[in-house]
Amino acid sequence: MVCDCIEPPWPADELLMKYQYISDFFIALAYFSIPLELIYFVKKSSVFPYRWVLVQFGAFIVLCGATHLINLWTFNVHSRTVALVMTTAKVLTAVVSCATALMLVHIIPDLLSVKTRELFLKNKAAELDREMGLIRTQEETGRHVRMLTHEIRSTLDRHTILKTTLVELGRTLALEECALWMPTRTGLELQLSYTLHHQNPVGFTVPIQLPVVNQVFSTNRAVKISPNCPVARLRTLAGKYMPGEVVAVRVPLLHLSNFQINDWPELSTKRYALMVLMLPSDSARQWHVHELELVEVVADQVAVALSHAAILEESMRARELLMDQNVALDLARREAETAIRARNDFLAVMNHEMRTPMHAIIALSSLLQETELTAEQRLMVETILKSSNLLAMLINDVLDLSRLEDGSLQLDLGTFNLYVVFKEVLKLIKPIASVKKLLVTLNLAPDLPEYAVGDEKRLMQVILNVVGNAVKFSKEGSISISAFVAKLESLRDSRAPDFFPVPSDNHFYLRVQVKDSGSGISPQDIPNLFTKFAQIQSLATRNSGGSGLGLAICKRFVNLMEGNIWIESEGLGKGCTAIFIVKLGISERSNDSKLPFTSKVPASHAQANFQGLKVIVMDENGVSRSVTKGLLVHLGCDVTTTSSGEECLRVVSQEHKVVFMDVCMPSMDGYEVAVRIHEKFTKRHERPLIVAVTGNTDRVTKENWMRVGMDGVVLKPVSVDKMRSILSELLEHRVLFEV
Amino acid sequence: MDSVTQLQGQLVDYTTSLFNEGYLNDQYTQLQQLQDESNPDFVVEVVSLFFEDSERLLNELDRALDQQSLDFRRVDSHVHQLKGSSSSIGAQRVQNVCIVFRNFCEAQNVEGCLQCLQQVRHEYSLVKNKLETLFKLEQKLLAARGSIPTQ
Repeated sequence: MVCDCIEPPWPADELLMKYQYISDFFIALAYFSIPLELIYFVKKSSVFPYRWVLVQFGAFIVLCGATHLINLWTFNVHSRTVALVMTTAKVLTAVVSCATALMLVHIIPDLLSVKTRELFLKNKAAELDREMGLIRTQEETGRHVRMLTHEIRSTLDRHTILKTTLVELGRTLALEECALWMPTRTGLELQLSYTLHHQNPVGFTVPIQLPVVNQVFSTNRAVKISPNCPVARLRTLAGKYMPGEVVAVRVPLLHLSNFQINDWPELSTKRYALMVLMLPSDSARQWHVHELELVEVVADQVAVALSHAAILEESMRARELLMDQNVALDLARREAETAIRARNDFLAVMNHEMRTPMHAIIALSSLLQETELTAEQRLMVETILKSSNLLAMLINDVLDLSRLEDGSLQLDLGTFNLYVVFKEVLKLIKPIASVKKLLVTLNLAPDLPEYAVGDEKRLMQVILNVVGNAVKFSKEGSISISAFVAKLESLRDSRAPDFFPVPSDNHFYLRVQVKDSGSGISPQDIPNLFTKFAQIQSLATRNSGGSGLGLAICKRFVNLMEGNIWIESEGLGKGCTAIFIVKLGISERSNDSKLPFTSKVPASHAQANFQGLKVIVMDENGVSRSVTKGLLVHLGCDVTTTSSGEECLRVVSQEHKVVFMDVCMPSMDGYEVAVRIHEKFTKRHERPLIVAVTGNTDRVTKENWMRVGMDGVVLKPVSVDKMRSILSELLEHRVLFEV
Repeated sequence: MDSVTQLQGQLVDYTTSLFNEGYLNDQYTQLQQLQDESNPDFVVEVVSLFFEDSERLLNELDRALDQQSLDFRRVDSHVHQLKGSSSSIGAQRVQNVCIVFRNFCEAQNVEGCLQCLQQVRHEYSLVKNKLETLFKLEQKLLAARGSIPTQ
């Protein structure tokens, strides 16, 4: 039957199938376009790491689409081929989708973490940005500080330093006002010294003991202070709403005295200045940490710069002072030179002018003395003569001394006979000495050269002066003059520390000792002896006259002769010894007579003296005793022999003139005996001379015996002639320097 | 008179030989010079004294060197005395041996000392003989004439 009912276009089942048909179609379409879109967009971006996944995904989607497309043919009866294709497609789709599902398990967490990493990186970037900003600001600050410091330190002028500081700070920190308060001289107040905008600040002062000031001074950090405190109230508040923040910092004022060598200045210096910095009002700006640091650093630098400036000022002042002093000294020197020249001219003239009339007076007075005079007249003439002699002496002394001081005096060198000089002195002094009943003895060492090169006149003057002093200051006793060649070791006397004798081939040092038994000198007066015009105020000298220049002149002469002079005394009443050493040249003339006494003493003259001369021979050895006795008896002596020290001491008396002591016997202590003899006879002229007779040729031994109190040392064996000469030398000089 | 000249000649020769052989030295001459009218026997006296002293000293030395424990100091002092005496009269050889003897004493050399003692004795007896001979000659000459030739 064919049903003629209105056949719906589509059968009911066919409607469902039609919708399915359409849906499948669109699904397939979508499924095909999604991968295309993916591919298109992925191609656009270059950084997509999951290409393989995309391919997979694409395949999955394509296959799904294919499946749905093929579904279109399966709504109707379809051939087997289509079924086959459909099955294949489905199978493939199943495979791929499972694979994709498995793959996604791995992929999706990765994709998610990418997101987190992205977030993290973004944060990091923000942080770095912030830090960068900070560093940049710090660097700027540092730059500013360097620039500031450079500006400040490029000048040594205090005002410039401070002004520059304020200006630069103002600029760097964009300040409204910047001010510096300096402590006053009294240290009790702070005075407004510099400001940025007021050219000449009127003298505002605040007391230094303000709490805010103390607060700032107590720390080396920059301190925020209230804008209303006295130090910050600098500008007129012309209707500002909000004054900007104010910071103050202390500036230490260092002094030169704060810098010790090993001791860095502690900043407990009392003096600080106050620097006040104000931010612009109404700017809502705040002091940042780096700005505060900048301020602190600048304050320190300013302190250093200021101290440098202070030091410089100080040294400039000192230099000026020195220059002034130099000028003054120069002037003084020139004046002194003029004075000296004037004096020298004066002396030169007076030298001649004064002496001429003086000589006339003396000469004529002496002549007058020779004529017939009444007693009264004679007295007058004598007084005139004495006074004029004194005056002449004074004039000479003064003129000599001034010439000596100038260094214009020069020695008249010449060859002269040394022995004659001494004999002359002796001749001159003997009359006076004998009047005072003083015994004068002269001992000249045998090795003293007969002729020497030097200033004869002045040497005689020195000897005469010294001997004259000895005579002058001795009321009784004896004066002994001895002269010998000084050995180098004995020259270095601790009493004369700055006397350095220089040995040389053609010079020798003459040492003269004048010992007196007079009034002596107390130790405290000794240093003044050689001072000009200083006299020792003791009773004995008051009437002796003299100008007190004698020794001073002697010292000058002796120094000119490259020598030294000094006086030793054990005290008042104990006598004193004057010793001087001078350098003399050795003359070419015959000095080879080393034993002057042998040539000078004729045999006949000697023989006579020994008749009845009482001597003692002390010798342990009988044989040598007899031999020595025989020698002396042959020469005419009256000999007493002793064989031991005790016997000798028992027998010795004032009558015996010489004791010959054999000292090479080891048992006897010759030294002891000599000492005891010295003790027994305290007065020199009562004591017999002691001669040591020894076989020991050692020079040191000889000197030892001399030191011990022997008057001579003789070497065995002794011949007759030798004994003769020994005796005569002993008796003439009371000392024997010969072997 | 011949004998006088002869004797004189003999004396001179003998004395010279003594000097040449070193038995005596200059010191002896000095002694002779000291002899004069006031002191005619000076030399003989001194030499006799020397003989006595030396005998004594040599005996002392014998005794000292015989001891078990030698006291070198004592020995030295004796030798020193002997040296002094011999040098005073000019007995040169004796003096020289004494010097060597003293060195041995300082070195405390017993052997040396003994040896020296022998030598000293020997020298001493030699010089004693010589001097005695000399004196005898002088006596003879004095007897023959009235004076001794001076050197």
